[in-house]
Amino acid sequence: MNIKRSPWLLHYDGSSCNGCDIEVLASLTPVYDAERLGVENTGDPMQADILLITGGINTQNAPVVKQLYDQMPRPKVVVAVGICACTGGVFKETYNILGGADKVIPVDIYVPGCAARPQSIIDGIIQARELFQQRSDEHDALMRSQKGAANV
Amino acid sequence: MNQLIPMMCYLLLAPLCGAIMEGFDRKISARMQRRVGPPILQPIYDVIKLWKKQVIVVEKSQNFLLLSYLLLTVMTGCMFFAGTDLLMVLFVLSTSAVFLYFSAVISGSPMSTMGALRELVQDMAYEPAVLLAAVGFYLTTGTFDVHGIMNSDVSAIVKMPGFFIAFVFVLTIKMRKSPFDSAQSHHPHQELVKGITTEMGAKNLAFFQITEWYEIILMLGVEALFIVNKNPWSWLAAVIVILLTYFLEILIDNTSARMKWQDMLKLSWIVTLLAGGVNLMALMLIR
Repeated sequence: MNIKRSPWLLHYDGSSCNGCDIEVLASLTPVYDAERLGVENTGDPMQADILLITGGINTQNAPVVKQLYDQMPRPKVVVAVGICACTGGVFKETYNILGGADKVIPVDIYVPGCAARPQSIIDGIIQARELFQQRSDEHDALMRSQKGAANV
Repeated sequence: MNQLIPMMCYLLLAPLCGAIMEGFDRKISARMQRRVGPPILQPIYDVIKLWKKQVIVVEKSQNFLLLSYLLLTVMTGCMFFAGTDLLMVLFVLSTSAVFLYFSAVISGSPMSTMGALRELVQDMAYEPAVLLAAVGFYLTTGTFDVHGIMNSDVSAIVKMPGFFIAFVFVLTIKMRKSPFDSAQSHHPHQELVKGITTEMGAKNLAFFQITEWYEIILMLGVEALFIVNKNPWSWLAAVIVILLTYFLEILIDNTSARMKWQDMLKLSWIVTLLAGGVNLMALMLIR
């Protein structure tokens, strides 16, 4: 079943300078209009499919990011937007920064840039929705094979 | 047989029509904001996706309550399209709204609970206008029977324009359009995370969405009742009026900011009293 036409985003700002956040929102505004791909910005982890993280992970927001990830129903995809979310960026050596988003949750797509441009963010979303579809298909195949094994 | 066909049509076609109308809604909204917008079938894609997601429920009884909401709304619609008593239809519809309230409150989430309380206020804001419309139909045509109202000689709107204005006004609340969307805002604007649907994900949200489509088609059906009479051409007029009001709702949605619930309650009751109440008095004096 084709589910990649409806990827809903959850956008979380770690400890970024807000540059990437503005670009994430810009990619949803009339100029770039990510909604033409079926993208919705939900803000509710229970309804989200793709977690967009901007900014590095620090000691305070690490449990928050982990909880948001856990609250999202499967299949789900994580996209790290901006160099801070990828590796920690210029803040990497700071005492409170643990590093990129992949220090606490598994990140699937990395969108580098400081700030990441809307074009590359949308490209990241498109890659994420392919992965979203792939995961759903893999899950279906697994369920089918289990059912087949049970019947034998 | 005469009752079965429209009932079956409603049962099968209402979610499809509702989805396509919402698709057009999103497309037209996008064009109003100079965007390309999603495909027309986007709401259907969304529901299919929600169906495939892992089900996480905070409180198991939410499933049952949402299913009751869906079934009661569908039952109400079937009663209406089978041509039974209009007053009964509207009462059963309020019961289904109560199930929605409980399904949101049961999770215990503060956002969801606040959304549910606002939903109750919304129910309170639109209910008088809807009930008054039923009274208006009785005074105009002498019956609460939907078939009877449909087979009158002249359209009901001729004698009850005030009720029509009040009904279209509260339709904005019922369709969760912008000035009155504090309980659960539609996709681009958020309110209290997702208001009444905060704790609904996957299949439960799909149930909610499908129920909304059934409900909107039912409300538009009640609106058509104002126009339809013996003449078959009045059906065409009803469709045109429905499409025009739908466009008007989209326009209002895109040009107005959200209101506080106090203002919503005041405004909707004032409009109901002024338009519906004055019309009611006039009808009673004429009789």
